[in-house]
Amino acid sequence: MNTIAYFLVVPLGTALLLVIFGRWVVRWAGIIVSVVFSALTALVVQCYFINQLPFTVAVGGWEPVQGIPLGIHWVVDGFTLLMLALINFTGAIVALYSISSMKSYTKLRKYYALLMLLGLGMNGVALAGDLFTMYVFLEISAISSYILVAFGRGAEELEASFKYQVLGGSASMLILFAIALVYRLTGTLNIADASRVLSGQSAEMTMLFTGALFLTGFGLKAAIMPFHSWLPDAHPAAPAPVSAILSGVVIKVLGIYPLCRLFYHFIGFEGVWTGIWLVLGAISLMVANILALAQWDIKRLLAYCSISQIGYIVIAMGLGTELGIIAGLFHMANHTIFKSLLFFNAGAIEHATGFRDLRKLGGLRTKMPVTYATSLIASFSIAGLPPFSGFWSKLLIIIACMKAGHPFLAIWAALGSMLTLAAFLKFQHHGFGGPDKEYQQSIKEVSFSSQIAMIILAILCLGMGCLMLPGLRSAILEPAANILSQGLNATTLFLGN
Amino acid sequence: MTLYLLTFILFAVGLYGVWTKRHLIRIILGLVIMETAMNLFLILVGYREDGVAPIITENSSNTAVMVDPIPQALVLTAIVIGLATTALLLAFSVRIYAKYQTLDLNKIRNLRG
Repeated sequence: MNTIAYFLVVPLGTALLLVIFGRWVVRWAGIIVSVVFSALTALVVQCYFINQLPFTVAVGGWEPVQGIPLGIHWVVDGFTLLMLALINFTGAIVALYSISSMKSYTKLRKYYALLMLLGLGMNGVALAGDLFTMYVFLEISAISSYILVAFGRGAEELEASFKYQVLGGSASMLILFAIALVYRLTGTLNIADASRVLSGQSAEMTMLFTGALFLTGFGLKAAIMPFHSWLPDAHPAAPAPVSAILSGVVIKVLGIYPLCRLFYHFIGFEGVWTGIWLVLGAISLMVANILALAQWDIKRLLAYCSISQIGYIVIAMGLGTELGIIAGLFHMANHTIFKSLLFFNAGAIEHATGFRDLRKLGGLRTKMPVTYATSLIASFSIAGLPPFSGFWSKLLIIIACMKAGHPFLAIWAALGSMLTLAAFLKFQHHGFGGPDKEYQQSIKEVSFSSQIAMIILAILCLGMGCLMLPGLRSAILEPAANILSQGLNATTLFLGN
Repeated sequence: MTLYLLTFILFAVGLYGVWTKRHLIRIILGLVIMETAMNLFLILVGYREDGVAPIITENSSNTAVMVDPIPQALVLTAIVIGLATTALLLAFSVRIYAKYQTLDLNKIRNLRG
């Protein structure tokens, strides 16, 4: 069996087994899920070493006939591997954090099974070489995330999840509409093949409409600014580890990844699209930062901040230059790490004190030293202070903007970064600074396994800057950026022989 | 062309329902209408004038026009996914009704994006 199949078979099998036998192993379920995700992460690392990238795998042995792909194909390139690494690593850390923080919930085996299905769906989206397979896996992960958001089954969770489902459902319909249009135009669903068919004909108006549908549909999933209204409700309502995986990877894998894949490899960045991406990114970046500054609920603050960081990624990807793509991918990886860590911190604070309102909190510095130290590192990272990871990626984005001839955008990004800093100073000051409050006598630091999860992520926040070192950059970021910056020409690589 | 236009109108009706109605069940109905419109559109994409069912047997003639089977396979998958999402939405509205005793979004709305 091909190793790529493990990314789908193993999570699916684990999810089914957890539902069936979970009754007896529920005590160990968190560790099992964590180990499975870690093993998959190791598999990604192995793929980096042994395989010649990019390559495609024909499912069930349905090989292409005369260069025309017939069946389902998995496409594996640098970009896919980077996303797979982020998905499975975050899954492992989130499962580790869940062990103690999810203890107060019932039906835990279903929680872990849904977490595995979420991982399965995202792995599938990352690997899918054709549009409809991507849609199916998108729905798998979307449905698991709807249920995970409402896992607490309170009134607020249900309402937030309902809103998420309605907007997510509309987004899926728009995406399906666009897929049907692509099929009508090209007669194929394979992205590379469709791109090749399309290069021979001119259908600008239809492609403009299809592109707009894709941008709206995946933009809703990614919560780019005009389409963001579900995110500040859904992400705070979810349990802390679920918020971490939703903000950390789900919005990127279900939103940004397919957008980049389609726009670079299929629709092409000619014409109006660069401008639209830059404007959308600039709006998300600034408005979400201002809204984040106004929040008093910790998790809502973090959720708005996610939208603004998505804005950075959209700007960097929209530039279309090689440096911009590297910067965008680097920021994506960094954001996964520090936003997961911040949601873990918020979860730890809520777990220890029972509140999320910054006005009621304060003086947690001495009571929760590990949470304090790790959240300080994460806040500095997201605000872009040197030498933390966020600084390097934001610096790269600003340089890329300058080089692409958008100095105004560079200043805009720097201003946004200052607003982020202000929002996180507010978080640090009201959450951890100030005098002790009376209720704090009984507060304890969170459990050991949660501390381990936070410490691992904090070390990565410090260490991610190393991705800029030439050796690591050429091994991890450059293959991913390279495959995207080749644009439409890259698709010939996926069609194989 | 008329058929395509009618499908688009159906899709627009669903979208209008989702984005303007304030009753949970009506919102769900809007989504279902959008799904149906999408399925019809996919079937139309695969339809050929005077086409026959795409089954090749020993004595079928090669000259007959066949409809495209791929959109039909897609529609089957899309229907199953639609069933899952609709069932989930309805289950959620049952839970929401149990919490609030109403299905009117104006009375439920605690959260504001």
